Amino acid sequence: MNPEAEAKAPPADEEATSAGPLAFPPVAARGGGAAAMRLIVPLQGIVQGRGGLVLGSLIPCALFYFLQIYLKRNRSSPSPSSSSPPADEGELPGIVRTLSRASLGSARSPAAVSSRAVSIAKSSDSAAYFVGYKKCSEDPYHPLDNPDGVIQLGLAENHLSFDLIEGWFATNSKNSWFDERQGGLNINGLATYQPSDGLMELKMAIAGFMGQVVQGSVSFNPSRIILTAGATSAIEILSFCLGDHGNGFLVPSPYYPGYDRNTKWTAGIEVIPVPCRSTDNFSFSIAALERAYDQAKKRGVKVRAVLFSNPSNPVGNLLQRKLLHDLLDFATEKNIHVIADEVFAGSTYGNEEFVSMAEILNSDDEFDRSRVHIIYSLSKDLSVPGFRTGLIYSFNDQVLSVASKLTRFSSISAPTQRLLISMLTDSDFITRYIKVNRSRLRAMHALFVDGLKQLGIKCVKSGGGFYCWADVSQFMKSYSEKGEFELWKEMLDLAKINATPGTACHCIEPGWFRFCFTTLTEKDVPVIMERFKRIFDSR
Amino acid sequence: MLETKQAVKDVSRRGQRYWWLRGEEEGPRPFHFSFTWFVACFLKLTTMAKSCMPLSELATSNTHGEDSPYFAGWKAYDEEPYDAAENPSGVIQMGLAENQVSFDLLEEYLEQHPEATGWGCGISGFRENALFQDYHGLRAFRQAMATFMEKIRGERAKFDPERIVLTAGATAANELLTFILADPGDCVLIPAPYYPGFDRDLRWRTGANIIPVHCNSSNGFQITTQNLEAAFAEAVAMGFRVRGVLITNPSNPLGTTISRPVLEEILVFAARNDIHLISDEIYSGSVFSPDEFVSMAEIVEERGYKDCERVHVVYSLSKDLGLPGFRVGAIYSYNDRVVTTARKMSSFTLVSSQTQKMLASMLSDRVFVENYLETNRKRLKERHDYIVEGLKDAGIECLRGNAGLFCWMNLAPLLKETTREGELELWKLILQEVKLNITPGSSCHCSEAGWFRVCFANMSQRTLEVALRRMRNFTEKMMMIKEN
Repeated sequence: MNPEAEAKAPPADEEATSAGPLAFPPVAARGGGAAAMRLIVPLQGIVQGRGGLVLGSLIPCALFYFLQIYLKRNRSSPSPSSSSPPADEGELPGIVRTLSRASLGSARSPAAVSSRAVSIAKSSDSAAYFVGYKKCSEDPYHPLDNPDGVIQLGLAENHLSFDLIEGWFATNSKNSWFDERQGGLNINGLATYQPSDGLMELKMAIAGFMGQVVQGSVSFNPSRIILTAGATSAIEILSFCLGDHGNGFLVPSPYYPGYDRNTKWTAGIEVIPVPCRSTDNFSFSIAALERAYDQAKKRGVKVRAVLFSNPSNPVGNLLQRKLLHDLLDFATEKNIHVIADEVFAGSTYGNEEFVSMAEILNSDDEFDRSRVHIIYSLSKDLSVPGFRTGLIYSFNDQVLSVASKLTRFSSISAPTQRLLISMLTDSDFITRYIKVNRSRLRAMHALFVDGLKQLGIKCVKSGGGFYCWADVSQFMKSYSEKGEFELWKEMLDLAKINATPGTACHCIEPGWFRFCFTTLTEKDVPVIMERFKRIFDSR
Repeated sequence: MLETKQAVKDVSRRGQRYWWLRGEEEGPRPFHFSFTWFVACFLKLTTMAKSCMPLSELATSNTHGEDSPYFAGWKAYDEEPYDAAENPSGVIQMGLAENQVSFDLLEEYLEQHPEATGWGCGISGFRENALFQDYHGLRAFRQAMATFMEKIRGERAKFDPERIVLTAGATAANELLTFILADPGDCVLIPAPYYPGFDRDLRWRTGANIIPVHCNSSNGFQITTQNLEAAFAEAVAMGFRVRGVLITNPSNPLGTTISRPVLEEILVFAARNDIHLISDEIYSGSVFSPDEFVSMAEIVEERGYKDCERVHVVYSLSKDLGLPGFRVGAIYSYNDRVVTTARKMSSFTLVSSQTQKMLASMLSDRVFVENYLETNRKRLKERHDYIVEGLKDAGIECLRGNAGLFCWMNLAPLLKETTREGELELWKLILQEVKLNITPGSSCHCSEAGWFRVCFANMSQRTLEVALRRMRNFTEKMMMIKEN
């Protein structure tokens, strides 16, 4: 080591050490000991902290590295290939690695799938959710045909203003997706390969729609839009862009149960819940974010972003301007991204104003916009979830460039894009639709919340979304998750109502339920309240 | 300063080698400066790093592979596309495998069946459809896909609609299967030459690797068990765990179908080594003579479904129906676990319900389907024969193909040197001077230099004539240069 170091080292005068009084170097022994001394003395010097900048850091590092390799070799069982590449044995339960040839001759199970697939197959979609969904589809409620069927209050669909969409379609379907300019049917432009991140015309139309949805407070730039097959896919793509496997996103809870899947299944990003409390109206606080960030750091999980929904799902509250500003400061301080999921932006009905993240950025010039990304979708505001139209709106050019390449795995179907272009560019229709939709949401929300109030059930004050976040803890047998689960079961079996329990949304306070009111008509509300009485009156 | 340096050197030369232990008695002030400078640089770098928003490794790496010639040619075409009237000297795109020969049949169908595009027979259909986002997919559409796939195979194989998982294109289907079958760091064997997009689709987000199974022209680039075993051994030697073998049948870029005995060999190889077998059959409807195509599904059925749990078929409507913009792909798996997992994961890549409904009615129309398949095959064959003839006139040999939207031609005689560099030089020359964008074999990981893929179905007959004429002129010129 010694002679090499001498040869590579920069001129002697620049590498001499500078630490205080020196111990005299040991006298070089003659003869055979000379070689050993050449090794030992500089090492001794390094141990004493006199190794100089390069050697003082390099040599200990090299030694440590070799020590690691030595330990690793001696710890693991002897394997035929000593040069195995580092495999990601991360957090997923791994299948024991054996060479396939080694298992020849023994009884083999059918070809194994990856450990990623194993964990997905086992995971999520809690049995509760499926049981409820199944009961609803087997025995769906209908006011006339099946008045005693199961009422679905767990699925977020907006039926209140669908007649408007149908009406538009009835009058416009013929022209909707063929190129009129070329005189009728021309499938060529429709069928051939399109840019995977969506047609520019659709981006422009959606940018206009988003501007209308926020009532003109912001204008959106179409070239910052990446279109994807649904907001689900948009979140997946952003996860790949912003974090590596094993990193984490801070997510205020209760949160939309789908986030667990969307960030984790393919991108491997962990959701780190940041609990919010009813005392704060389930609004997150910066202090809670700080705590969660520090705890994650202690566990060795690197936080890459904060992901939140506004209007919130499931609670339905709108976030205050000041909180959003504080959030941006927090993100700057920790050097992380901010992902604002604003899919319910057009479904606000309260008296509070909705403040989009884009509006905050407009008003704050100092802030580094490249850390903010907005998720949007037409599934909620335009009631067309089947068409799979979502988008990422990002202020970060590099993210835009990568995300547009990633959309090759989840692009929007071309005829659907054409149909939506026609619909969205009909601005009279859209203005009318947004206005009518809002007023109907307001009316239905008020009706539902009133009905619950008469049963003694309080809801969190909400300003947007499709849900009521109601406190039914007084009716639980025990104030615990188990009590909540039993209540949910009773609701499904006795009252024949399928709702989403708070634990499915990772709420830390038991007893909160999410009821979706947008699939109902006015006549359904008294029926539902009657059904609730079945189980609540007996208490 | 100089005196100081000299003094230090003198001291060293006096026999004390351990200059790094020396103190600062001789006053190496320069060390202080340099040390401080290093520290300052270090701090500056860290603050610089802090001010750039950190992105993931995936976002900052190159694994999307879009820097290869395959994509560079596309870019050149985008900048200067050929147009018979407006830009007759522009670049003709012959690197895009798209089927435009049978659009008129689709348009005719849609004109005669407006209920497929609209919801003329009742608005209630629209409501259910627009709200439908179940990852199972429309039952009617899955049924229609199953029927269509059976028809293509001349009813020689059966497809159960419950085993079909819909994805937004075959790109997504292949990636999804890789996510399910391979962990990051594992590898998939793919017979080379293969579709350049696999490098991105199977590796980018999944973290898996591809080991090519090299095939050569001595046997017409057919896959042999020896080649497969050699690739498997290579993978093991590199420390990879092999999870599957992916074949494209009919092959892209070769344009040939894989014969029955070879398919059986591949399945036996997969079973013997306990790995999966993905059969990408997206060109199955583009085989000129339908009897020449044998699907892996047929092999599985003939063997009484033995080892079927490792077989997965990928399909798409992008090539056979010429509808790549519709983003319709499917995974058909005989493995229940793979089907349920794939279905769940397809939430990231669902097909629009409107598209499903529209195509469901079209693909269930037996008369239309039979007519379409027959006419499409005939037209593709005519185009294929035409281009092969044309290339022969230009002195270029093609691999004998019987399927697909392209030819695999041999330009080795035109190469200055039979190496990858020579091939890329020729490719660049053809792109810049002849103004044709073709796909070099090296992008397809072909082990022999000089092979190129040229597509013939994404343009009109007239454009093809122009392209062949340009090619002929070019080869004549090259031959003259070589002679001199």
